[in-house]
Amino acid sequence: MSTMTIDKSGPTRKVKYGSMSRDRTWALRWSYFFLTLFAIFSLTPPFYMLITSLKGSAEISAATNPWWVHQPTLENYVQLLTSNQFLRFFWNSAWVSIIVVTVTMLISVPAAFALARMKFWGSATLATGVFLTYLIPDSLLFIPLFKMFAVFGDLTGIQLVNRWYVLLFIYPTLTVPFCTWIMIGYFASIPKELDEAAIIDGASWFQTLTRIFIPVALPGLIAATIFAFTVSWAQFLYPLVFTTSTDQLVLPVGIITTLIKGDVFNWGQIMTGALLGAAPPLIIYAFLMDYYIAGLTAGATKG
Amino acid sequence: MADVSLRKVVKRYDEVEAVRGIDLDIADHEFVVLVGPSGCGKSTTLRMIAGLEDISDGDIMIGGDVVNDVPPKDRDIAMVFQNYALYPHMTVAENMSFGLRLKHYPKAEIKSRVTEAARMLDITDLIDRKPKQLSGGQRQRVAMGRAIVRNPKVFLFDEPLSNLDAKLRVQMRIEIKKVHQKVRTTTVYVTHDQVEAMTLADRVVVMNHGRIEQIGTPNELYHKPATKFVASFIGSPAMNFVPCRLEDAAGKLNVRLTDRLAFTLPPARAARYQALSRTDKLLLGIRPEHVMEARPHAEPGVEPFDAMLDVTEPMGMETLVYFTLEGSQVCGRVSPNAGAQDGSPLRLAVDLNNMHLLNEVTGAVL
Amino acid sequence: MVDVAFQSNRTAAAQAARRRVGLRNALRRKSMSAFLMTLPLILLIAVLVIYPALYSVHLATLNKAMTKFVGFGNFEFLFKRDTFWLVVKQSCIFAISAVIFKALIGFIVAHFVHNVPANKQRKWRGMLLVPWVIPPAMSTLAWLWLFDPSYSAFNYTLSFFGIGPIPWTGDAMWARFSVILVNVWYGAPFFMIMYLAALKSVPEQLYEAAAIDGANWWQRIWYVTLPMMRNIIAITTLFSLIVTFANFDIVRILTAGGPLDHTHIFATWAFRVGIEGSDIPLGASVSLFMVPILAVAAIFILRDITKRGNES
Repeated sequence: MSTMTIDKSGPTRKVKYGSMSRDRTWALRWSYFFLTLFAIFSLTPPFYMLITSLKGSAEISAATNPWWVHQPTLENYVQLLTSNQFLRFFWNSAWVSIIVVTVTMLISVPAAFALARMKFWGSATLATGVFLTYLIPDSLLFIPLFKMFAVFGDLTGIQLVNRWYVLLFIYPTLTVPFCTWIMIGYFASIPKELDEAAIIDGASWFQTLTRIFIPVALPGLIAATIFAFTVSWAQFLYPLVFTTSTDQLVLPVGIITTLIKGDVFNWGQIMTGALLGAAPPLIIYAFLMDYYIAGLTAGATKG
Repeated sequence: MADVSLRKVVKRYDEVEAVRGIDLDIADHEFVVLVGPSGCGKSTTLRMIAGLEDISDGDIMIGGDVVNDVPPKDRDIAMVFQNYALYPHMTVAENMSFGLRLKHYPKAEIKSRVTEAARMLDITDLIDRKPKQLSGGQRQRVAMGRAIVRNPKVFLFDEPLSNLDAKLRVQMRIEIKKVHQKVRTTTVYVTHDQVEAMTLADRVVVMNHGRIEQIGTPNELYHKPATKFVASFIGSPAMNFVPCRLEDAAGKLNVRLTDRLAFTLPPARAARYQALSRTDKLLLGIRPEHVMEARPHAEPGVEPFDAMLDVTEPMGMETLVYFTLEGSQVCGRVSPNAGAQDGSPLRLAVDLNNMHLLNEVTGAVL
Repeated sequence: MVDVAFQSNRTAAAQAARRRVGLRNALRRKSMSAFLMTLPLILLIAVLVIYPALYSVHLATLNKAMTKFVGFGNFEFLFKRDTFWLVVKQSCIFAISAVIFKALIGFIVAHFVHNVPANKQRKWRGMLLVPWVIPPAMSTLAWLWLFDPSYSAFNYTLSFFGIGPIPWTGDAMWARFSVILVNVWYGAPFFMIMYLAALKSVPEQLYEAAAIDGANWWQRIWYVTLPMMRNIIAITTLFSLIVTFANFDIVRILTAGGPLDHTHIFATWAFRVGIEGSDIPLGASVSLFMVPILAVAAIFILRDITKRGNES
């Protein structure tokens, strides 16, 4: 009898099970606690943008609690959205981004298809080259590019510097390599039998691309499009270098160069402009988060 | 519909010869199965017929025309792939009609063909679904439907059932046979599964190392294999091979397996093998069903012997018994009532009327 | 019979000859169309990436008016300037500390997100990635406003704890801290997302096997998670090193290199010298100093990617 009670050793076991589930609950609580802290850290600047954009200039310079709006007003929004200058920036940005996205897709999708499926002499080297190009940053190229376009203007009389459309030539250097790279990854993941089935069904290479590959790799295509758009929309260095006249500026540069006059900061309008400038990528992100993240992770996990 | 002929077809990949000169004539309406272990060149051969691989040498003819240079789409063939290769963004109907739409067939014609094929395959209800919403067997049907609507000269199947579970595989096998009986299209079917080959084929082509080992009806291959490879590849459990030699003994011919074990050949066999009595390196080939429990009454050519069983496998309707002869494992099939037990002796009998004699060096069946 | 055989032999020979021609043509056609499809890409890279990269080497050897070849003159000039060495130092401090903190925070946050129930992960991930989505030029403006010398909302909050006021962008040390802070804020979510994707790809059975083998929480991370994620960690860190080293937006907007050039990094100083100071050759020389570190990181990334390509 006595051995039996010892054998059972019930109490210690019970405590162990209890402690395991308690550990898990506590781990979960700590996770939520830290996640909340990080979320506050992440969302403070955009939140503060929103708060400030709703304040009048009097409240901004008042010594009240800056984290709250006491007299909300849409005055900043009204001023910016009725300002021809600001709308001009917005349209410049929109045109540049839309055209760059289109050009990027027209260049990178056929190229990715050729590199993924039609092996030809040098195709592997080219694929690697495309990837290396993606690693070359804008801050390495802006000076020679600026000089190149200036010299090009002198030689041909076609002046591209200080025209918003010069960005249409430059932005693809940022978007095309990455988009080609991730499209190669997406195309390569399509089973080979699918193009063989299409060939037997009588499809040409072009039909295989347009009627099979593009629809099947649509998630990748959307991810690449989102990437190209956000890069074009957010680019700051190139437009800062290449455009100076106020009617040629895109949004980020426009806000910084026109709303900051000397050392006078019109913070209400700056924050409103920044928020409006951040809105298109944020809206796309809100609706297409999964594609956005797929594009983000594709670069390193695919290929 | 058409016949298919291969003349000395060779496929080389850089250094490696995947297919080493194949001659094959497939008659109109015939169902031919290419079977062999992986890497034997059967899939490459099929893909060369399809035009997905160009051929390094030789000629392929479909319906009497040499098609070496003809692109796949103009060969008038249809193919069913191992992983079905259904277009994931198209519905079943769109998948089936894609080829016809590319060729700009009239809409009514496309619709009637798709409806007809769907009815034949019993997938009418699934016609508007996407491949993702289908089970493996249903996808397989759609892949076949896609081939049927094209009404091609030749059907090509590339291991179409290997992604299905065992039960579904049997069911789809019957389905494929039914379809072939209805449409009677010339069919070339590739598989590594000898059961599939035996059950489906009018004729089976056994391939190994890029060459054809034997061509014949399933029964011919089973009962009259030409080589050791065919003998061992066809049939399950596989044929037993035991080293042996022939001895003349008082006008009779004996086959000696071990020092203590020899059987007298029945007269018909003895006459056939007489000339071989001096040959070394012989193998006795005997299928498991011809190694059974000894019966009380003697039958001509059925020789009893005692065996020490290593392992027994009760299968229900029969029991498989394994024992060792001269280092070779031998499998026999006995009645479940024969009293076979692991590690115990059993009196067995071997039916020499169905034996094979092989040359161990060349692998030829003599 | 003999006739027929003879004829078929002849046609076969003729066909064999024709086939070889036809095949070569087909191959050439395929190669040609593939080449045409990649031609725009090749042109773009050649004209607008490779050419300017080489051109900047050429520019770096010219004098300010770009009329005379001066060889290494620009580099010699740079080596003698204290500001240049300040930029080198700050670039390294900035890139290395920012990447370390981004990697650490990203790893920790990814773990916390991975910890919470699957149906709530989406929401958290969505919130935590916001800094990465906002164009950095826009979000840096918000930080600039948060750091404002007279109306800083941070200083307002800190004053309740008796701290401050802190000269976020006014003092050299604090300004260095601030640019790193903003860069970490912007870049940590990227690490978080990459790690989260990697965490999800670790098979659950490995953890179960480790738990049965008696591994505790820390040992599971050390012996299962980290080895499984080594690839992703390496590649993300190298990527980030390149991007952070070449950063322009954040430093330019937050401090413009100030105070007294103490927060300049290569990109912002190259802009100051080359574009604002109209000394294009000197600016080109400055930005060329990024090449060695970028090249080293790129080589490691490439090695990793080709290695993975070979495995698959």
